Amino acid sequence: MSCGQAQWLHGYFDGELDAARAMEFEAHLEGCAACTRALAVQEALRKAIGAADLYAKAPASLRSRVRAQLSTPRAVFAPRGGVRGFAAAASLLLVLFGAWRTVAWRADVAERDVAKQVLDAHLRSLQLTHLTDVASTDQHTVKPWFVGKIDFAPPVADFSSEGFPLAGGRLDVVGGRSVAALVYNRRKHVINLFVWPSEESDAAPRSGAQRGYAWIRWTRGRMSFWVVSDVAPSDLEEFARLISRS
Amino acid sequence: LADPDERARFEELVLPHIDSAYNLARWLVRSDAAQDLTQEAMLRAYRFFGGFRGGDPRAWLLKIVRNTCYTWLDSGRGSQDAAEFNEEIHGVEEATPESLAIAGADCERLGRALDRLPPKSKEVLVLRELEGCSYKEIAEVTGLPIGTVMSSLSRARRKLEQALGADERKETP
Repeated sequence: MSCGQAQWLHGYFDGELDAARAMEFEAHLEGCAACTRALAVQEALRKAIGAADLYAKAPASLRSRVRAQLSTPRAVFAPRGGVRGFAAAASLLLVLFGAWRTVAWRADVAERDVAKQVLDAHLRSLQLTHLTDVASTDQHTVKPWFVGKIDFAPPVADFSSEGFPLAGGRLDVVGGRSVAALVYNRRKHVINLFVWPSEESDAAPRSGAQRGYAWIRWTRGRMSFWVVSDVAPSDLEEFARLISRS
Repeated sequence: LADPDERARFEELVLPHIDSAYNLARWLVRSDAAQDLTQEAMLRAYRFFGGFRGGDPRAWLLKIVRNTCYTWLDSGRGSQDAAEFNEEIHGVEEATPESLAIAGADCERLGRALDRLPPKSKEVLVLRELEGCSYKEIAEVTGLPIGTVMSSLSRARRKLEQALGADERKETP
């Protein structure tokens, strides 16, 4: 395929030549067996690529991760504006959680590990179409459902009037133990509230973000509470306040 | 970028191209890291969205994806694959429409052959054949002068033909 016109073959094949050049090459093709054959090779190659279904579409989980990250400004700017975000969020929390004496932010390793598991449980619940075992907006249906399935009674309340309707409940596993997961909606977002018995004494809320999801945790009355969602951090804080007061 | 209008504009213009972003990342880094790199690139795009002055949002995003992937590849975190196609080692055989038709019937084989090409060849093929980019768009994404896109594609296609042929000989010695 060593002919002077061969350099135009790919441009012709891709429809990228200007009209004059394309006509010229077409005229050349009629008399050049090498170029005609080379063009047939390209057509066969393109056909093979088309048939091979090589396009890798973005997995749904990636799509939702990116979306979640866009709706969490703190996470978006975390790597660079960490200190500023920290300060802003801390002052916001101080107002919202005025009742609590201290707001501790520094999560230790163990906490981060639980946070990761809670987040995994949250993501699993979204992905496996296994959001709820008992789907009901009625707290009097959801609460009794847990009886006999776990050895504690999670507090269950509906907050429809505050904009956080109860969607249901399910059993989940965090840190190897069965926990109660209560599912709430906030507009189109899902909030998971995880509850399990704890040996720790009451602890003020701490919050954090991982992979674009925000979480808030606290301990109260020998129960550990974790809320996790991709809602705006201020919404999650409002929700945590509702739960902790109920 | 706290402005909700900016975010809505980003979601309308850039976010729909996440498939293109992932597809390019997947072929360039050929590892599970493609998901994280796509996410990182989308985030970067979101941060830099203020600097997007109209034009083709897909090409603009793919340029960021490409840079993110090359940074990652250059850091040595990608697998240094010894099996990368090398025409001097593997030898060259003229492809024919018939041999390509046979090779094309085996989807996995085509994927393998494409995977073994060097990133610079892979990217122009992915952009042209999978993404349907024009030469102008390819130039924008890769930073190649538009006049050299055609010859880059020509070389990349030849490499792909040869990689397919090499794969065939390996299977049927």
